[in-house]
Amino acid sequence: MKITHWIHIRPDVIILDGKALVSTGKGIEMLTSVYRNRINDYPKYFKMDSLSKLGFIASELLLQEEKERLVNVESRAIVFFNRSSSLCDDKNYQETIRDKDNYFPSPAIFVYTLPNIVTGEIAIRNKYYGETSFYVLDCLNTEKMKQIIDDAFQDEVTESVLGGWLECYDNNNFEAYLFIIKKNDKEEFLLDWNIETINKLIDTNK
Amino acid sequence: MGYIMIVKIADNIISPLGMTSEENYREVKKGRTALKVYKDRWGLPEPFTASLFQGDTIENAFSSFHSHAQYTEFEKAAILSIHQALQQTDVNPSSDRVQFILSTTKGNISLLDDNPYKFPEERVLLGSSAKNIAGFFHNPNQPIVISNACISGVCAQITAMRCLQNGSCDIAIVTGADIQSRFIVSGFQSFQALSPLPCKPFDRDRCGLNLGEAAATVIYSNSAPQDSEERWMPVSGAIRNDANHISGPSRTGEGSYRALRSILKGQDVNSIAFVNSHGTSTAYNDEMESIAITRAGLQDIPVNSLKGYYGHTMGAAGILESVISMHALDDSTILGTKGFENAGVSHPLHISSQNEQTDKTAFIKLLSGFGGCNASMFFKKGIIL
Repeated sequence: MKITHWIHIRPDVIILDGKALVSTGKGIEMLTSVYRNRINDYPKYFKMDSLSKLGFIASELLLQEEKERLVNVESRAIVFFNRSSSLCDDKNYQETIRDKDNYFPSPAIFVYTLPNIVTGEIAIRNKYYGETSFYVLDCLNTEKMKQIIDDAFQDEVTESVLGGWLECYDNNNFEAYLFIIKKNDKEEFLLDWNIETINKLIDTNK
Repeated sequence: MGYIMIVKIADNIISPLGMTSEENYREVKKGRTALKVYKDRWGLPEPFTASLFQGDTIENAFSSFHSHAQYTEFEKAAILSIHQALQQTDVNPSSDRVQFILSTTKGNISLLDDNPYKFPEERVLLGSSAKNIAGFFHNPNQPIVISNACISGVCAQITAMRCLQNGSCDIAIVTGADIQSRFIVSGFQSFQALSPLPCKPFDRDRCGLNLGEAAATVIYSNSAPQDSEERWMPVSGAIRNDANHISGPSRTGEGSYRALRSILKGQDVNSIAFVNSHGTSTAYNDEMESIAITRAGLQDIPVNSLKGYYGHTMGAAGILESVISMHALDDSTILGTKGFENAGVSHPLHISSQNEQTDKTAFIKLLSGFGGCNASMFFKKGIIL
């Protein structure tokens, strides 16, 4: 199995296929400036919670690198992991119900109190009808993550996975390591999908 | 990779209807429901109907075999369920060949609202809570939590099948649990998704869902005892997305249909006793499922929903409803859909309104959830060769 493209995003840096991407601002503002400069055709972005914004931007940058952008397929799965689930949005929602006199629960905030919503956002954007899964681990464990992503290929329909670590604690504190992993790809081959490579990519950038 | 036969070796359900699978099945077969109206609960301005644990049910059951107070109600329910299931086996849960898999949507979310026993702040993290649960059984492996909204319980079983299939473990202990709270109920109320009355899946007068509390466990093994006993096998499972909307199901039942199409490959449709649907009793969900089931060619097979007995138990639902369905077929029964009276979906389905007899030994479990996700699983019972 091969990694065809990979991305690492922190609040102050974006590295795409090993090269730093020029961006302005920090935190969510950086993501939004990337949206305006490089995407800008999907206003739904502004309705998303921070975890979804991070996942959306990371996936868009990755997918823009593909020679032929996949749309309308069942063969691509989305498999994400993190530690905090949707806690960032959970805290926002909690504020809306904190006291009786100031009680204004909002469905637009509540819907994002599920970590897998970001996988749905990306599936909708790209018309991916394949598997979408969100796993939560008590800490980033590259071996477990690799095993679960490898296992997604047990579904015979799945030919590639957009997967990896997607963590968002708040608007200024987040981290993404996403990969496009393919069963077979000779044309766009970048790196082998093995634990040594994954550990190198994730450690190098820490 | 060769295909390994996976079998169910134990199960448990802890719910307001009972503390074992057998007790739960008996109550459901009798038509009992745990749904009740709650007024002024958790300071919520509107009443709601739900299936909630009464008083100190969990606390009392837990303290009967363990005295430590360092577990939340959510964790206690999960631990009780796992403990009870393990008692049916000779599995050593502290073995590194055992993998814990937890299905939950909100875990200890109520700690954000109210934390009177001063649990560490990180316990609101699902992985931290799962580690505590697996730690109770001295399991050395990092537990896997799947949080895929309402479909988590089927996803957790699919994850277990895959782990057993690739040999990364020999035993998978799969538990689903969710405990209701002000956080969850207010959110569903804000969506206007809750029915003020007990829900009526697939009925023309249905007006929303009810929430429920439960913990359920199923233990899968990659090695079945070589005997002539019939055992339950999870045969295939699939997860598919609608790619349509984050909070509303597809009008074409796209993801659900595709998941069904995937799991039916190579299976004998005539062996299926019933489809245990998600059947939440919301206008959109039940309509969507009627479309997906029809598109998959299953419109003549009995369809039931268990939401009228338990409400929607969220992370527990996929496991609880699979386990009840297995016990029903062990008893040659297709359970009726409590609350259903008059057909109310555009594609006519054979909704089971009353308990029926069957001699078939396979069923399908269906779930759908926020984020446009859908999951389905095919279960069958047989002698392991």
